[in-house]
Amino acid sequence: MSEPLIRVRDVERTYALDGVTVPALRGVSFDIATGEYVAITGRSGCGKSTLLNVLGALDAPTGGRVEVAGTDLATLDERAATRFRLRSIGFVFQRFYLMPMLSALENVTLPMAEAGLGARARDARAAELLARVGLAGRERHRPAQLSGGEQQRVAIARALANGPRVVLADEPTGELDAHTGAEMIALFDTLHRDGVTLVVVTHDDALAAAARRRIVLRDGRVVSDGAGA
Amino acid sequence: MWAARSLLRHRARVTLAVLGIAVAAAMLLDMVMLGGGMTVSFRSLLESQGYALRVAPRGTLPFDSETTVPGAAALRQRLVQRPEIDAVGMVLGAPLRAERAGGVVTASALGVDPEEQVDYRVEEGADLSRPDALLASETFLAATGMRIGDTITLAAGYDPQLRTYTGRRLLTVVGRARFTYLPPDRPAVAVLLPTLQAMGGARTADRFSLGLLRVADGVDVEALAATLAREEPALAVISTAEALRAVEERLQYFRQLAVILGVVSLVVGFLLVTTIVTVGVNERLGEIAVLRAIGTSTGGIIAQVVAEGAILGAVGAVAGLGLGLVTAVWLNGILGDFPGLPPAFDFFVFRARDAAVSLGLLVLCGTVAGVLPAWRVASLPIARTLREDAVV
Repeated sequence: MSEPLIRVRDVERTYALDGVTVPALRGVSFDIATGEYVAITGRSGCGKSTLLNVLGALDAPTGGRVEVAGTDLATLDERAATRFRLRSIGFVFQRFYLMPMLSALENVTLPMAEAGLGARARDARAAELLARVGLAGRERHRPAQLSGGEQQRVAIARALANGPRVVLADEPTGELDAHTGAEMIALFDTLHRDGVTLVVVTHDDALAAAARRRIVLRDGRVVSDGAGA
Repeated sequence: MWAARSLLRHRARVTLAVLGIAVAAAMLLDMVMLGGGMTVSFRSLLESQGYALRVAPRGTLPFDSETTVPGAAALRQRLVQRPEIDAVGMVLGAPLRAERAGGVVTASALGVDPEEQVDYRVEEGADLSRPDALLASETFLAATGMRIGDTITLAAGYDPQLRTYTGRRLLTVVGRARFTYLPPDRPAVAVLLPTLQAMGGARTADRFSLGLLRVADGVDVEALAATLAREEPALAVISTAEALRAVEERLQYFRQLAVILGVVSLVVGFLLVTTIVTVGVNERLGEIAVLRAIGTSTGGIIAQVVAEGAILGAVGAVAGLGLGLVTAVWLNGILGDFPGLPPAFDFFVFRARDAAVSLGLLVLCGTVAGVLPAWRVASLPIARTLREDAVV
């Protein structure tokens, strides 16, 4: 059996709030293989977003071990973690977080510019990615000129910019209406079929059902890990 | 670079901030111009005239008092015989009175050597060439109703107790002149040195107030000044450098004021930029956290935010340059009307170096002002910032 892309072992994450230690993750363990499409679900406050942040090297666990693409995240200092995220992780957030003063194309080129890709090459790739998410012809439009669904598509194109090993999405349909959410689910499905590894944190049952595997958290623990709906 | 575009997201706020920075920059530029301008103006006045040495009564600066030096003719003789000295000009200052139907017009009069003088420039008519010739300022002509070619009786050595004069003379107006060191609103006239010496009687006979020495090429001016001071104990021998030192000493309060106000301007500019950048950064903590999440380096984030401060400083400074020049001209006009100041004297003198220093300081200030908010935002924990931003 090949090595898993993501290996999570006994991960703990606690927060100190006003002198009280609050556990967010308690002994979480699982593996995710390359090309999988995984939904992480559970009630609010169960630790979903914390887990996603830990997988994306945005937060460090207080215990346990996380390996992504063969890299033990605990060995990364801040600089190395930044480079790791740039090269290996694609992020999609609930609130899109596009740069409002930049065009769709420029938003998508941001990670590529940071990675040192030349201007012409990154413009070409950004245009190709925008076409892939269904936004051909909208390259020059700014976020304010795009609908919520279109903005999220730009964010997905940005997440794919540097060819990441895994895309981590935190409530990607949370700000979208049902119709647009369904379009987004279809887009994730397409990405999965194209071989992109997807880990999606969601409350959205339809999105969770579309994933091929669902990990359910409760009070910081994995209570269920199996095939999607 | 998205720094400039980030600023454009809040045009009204940024425009107001830039205006504030421009005012601070204008004040800074004006203070830098004021700090060095008077010295520069005085230096250019002295150096443009070609006289490296001036002699005045010992213990005084030229025309600092009414004291005069006796033995003018003999001194001139001694000086012109020195090989280091090419030419000597002597000036005597004294008031002259013209009695007119409407009252008395008192004029500042200069007795000069027309060939070696720096006190006036003939603007109309002829220069002084004969003992009864008179050059007059526009103000004098207006006050007396005289025109070129008219004759007028002027009197010297007025004694208010006896209401008598030491001398009166009928003089012919041969020209109109602009006087370099006398304020334009003061009536002024010039006559030949012997004429004024004679009109003043014993008080001014064979005396002078100021001597101008044109020094031969290659002569060590400071050494010659020391020699003359030793050999002529009645004289203060003043080189251009020494005159500038004396002026700078007298202007030190102006310079201190300029430095204080300049520093205040910089502090105001710094606080404005820090405030505007901090507010801007706080409004987009989530965006910046996401930039860091997707791989933008801490240095990259800091560079962008610092660039915002630098751009604010630079745009404000450039706008302030124009504003500063306009206010400098305006203030120069106001200060130039102070009584007793020569018309050729400027308080504010524009120099490219001063402008570059002012602009540079403001841009540096803006850049430094952006460092603190930049460092802060680049150091925030990404996950917590995103969580908190989602709650807002």
